[in-house]
Amino acid sequence: MTDREKTQGTPLTPGGDRRAFLKLAAAAGPAALAAACGWDGGNALRPRLVDVGRLNDWVGEHLLYSPTRLARTYGAADRSPALPSYFISAMTPTLADPAAWRLRVDGLVAHPLELSAADLLAMPRTSYTVKHHCVEGWSAIASWHGVPVSAIVERCRPLPAARYINFVSFDAGYSNGWDLASAMHPQTILAYGMNDHPLPAEHGAPVRVYSPVKLGYKLTKYLVSMTFTARRPGGYWEDQGYPWFGGL
Amino acid sequence: MTSPRPLVHRHHWLVRLTHWGTVLALAGMIASGLQIYEAYARFGNRGGALLPSPFNGTQFPAWGRLGGWLAGALNWHFALAWPLVIFGIAYLAYLVGSGEWRALLFRPRDLPGAIAMQAYYLRLSREHPPQGKHNPLQKLAYTFILGLGALSVLTGFAIYRPVQLSWLTALFGGFQAARYWHFWAVWIFIGFTLVHVALVLLVDPHSLRAMITGWYRGRFPSP
Repeated sequence: MTDREKTQGTPLTPGGDRRAFLKLAAAAGPAALAAACGWDGGNALRPRLVDVGRLNDWVGEHLLYSPTRLARTYGAADRSPALPSYFISAMTPTLADPAAWRLRVDGLVAHPLELSAADLLAMPRTSYTVKHHCVEGWSAIASWHGVPVSAIVERCRPLPAARYINFVSFDAGYSNGWDLASAMHPQTILAYGMNDHPLPAEHGAPVRVYSPVKLGYKLTKYLVSMTFTARRPGGYWEDQGYPWFGGL
Repeated sequence: MTSPRPLVHRHHWLVRLTHWGTVLALAGMIASGLQIYEAYARFGNRGGALLPSPFNGTQFPAWGRLGGWLAGALNWHFALAWPLVIFGIAYLAYLVGSGEWRALLFRPRDLPGAIAMQAYYLRLSREHPPQGKHNPLQKLAYTFILGLGALSVLTGFAIYRPVQLSWLTALFGGFQAARYWHFWAVWIFIGFTLVHVALVLLVDPHSLRAMITGWYRGRFPSP
């Protein structure tokens, strides 16, 4: 390490101010070192980066989120030809008996619910065409329709202590913790349809979370339950280091 | 021969701190940014037209990347954004508060001097034109790089919150276009740094000491 630091600056010395160059080398050394070899910060720095991530989550939740600002909507003609679909299981997760599927709504609520697909279809319906943003950097436009999460909240009546929702999937233990405010956004829905058709299996059938105010990895597919909690639930990718808030 | 050059105190500690702090933070931002880029190494919606770029599908060498994988790189990027912005704001506040912006900001009246300097660099005139702390070309370069810094921060926010800051994202032509400008700013920063370091070493090596200790004893004595 120190050898690397020393060799960083000295060969450049033009004969003038040697001491200044050694000082520059001392400054440049750690930067070059930090940039070396796809390093991730190691066991010493990684937890500190997570701490800053918590701060950024707080900023995202409290300073950079408006509960009323709507994402721009597009026309059906703007739809992208395809939207990549990711899941954790080796094969597309499917239900053995789709008719038996129920969405469990529980945790810190006055009225726990068990909703069938028919129950969701009978509830208020929201549809829109919006841009999907993946944390990887790609984006694509698609249409979605389903029940606003706010309509579920109206029925189950969360207790005052409830601050988060843990959305759980039947895809290999995948889940996402959400702040209640983002879940209550008018464009956050439990989607049962995409591009005017029932939700395809690769996009989370029978029901997935969808919202244009969160990155794709926050949009739980293959939904089986939503649990209201007082403590912040983690999530599949969030626990591995991806930003928890994931807002857009 | 000639009398020894005067020793002048040139750079306030805040300028030196923010200068070197920015070097470190920006190096980390660029390296983590190149790791982030790898996850979707092109610019354009899925299945749509791509913006022209020679780096479509490019994976940059491991020594130039920081974070190990996408999540690690994002955490570095969003952590280093804090010192970068704080150094930037502190520096701008110093420029305004000290009045030193007058010596640094390129203004239309600097244009003739800039042409004279260019003539010197192109060896069209032999004498280095007289100058104060910074010559007009330096002013142009430093003003430009401050603008580039602002562009990088703003395009960064446009990518970070394309819904909450949709007006900003739209200003840069949308999410993918904002990614595009954010990415190109990197190469301009790298190009600027190479030229900047070369000129320091070739033209006025004493200015390097001044940026470290604050004290300057070179050919252009001016506090």
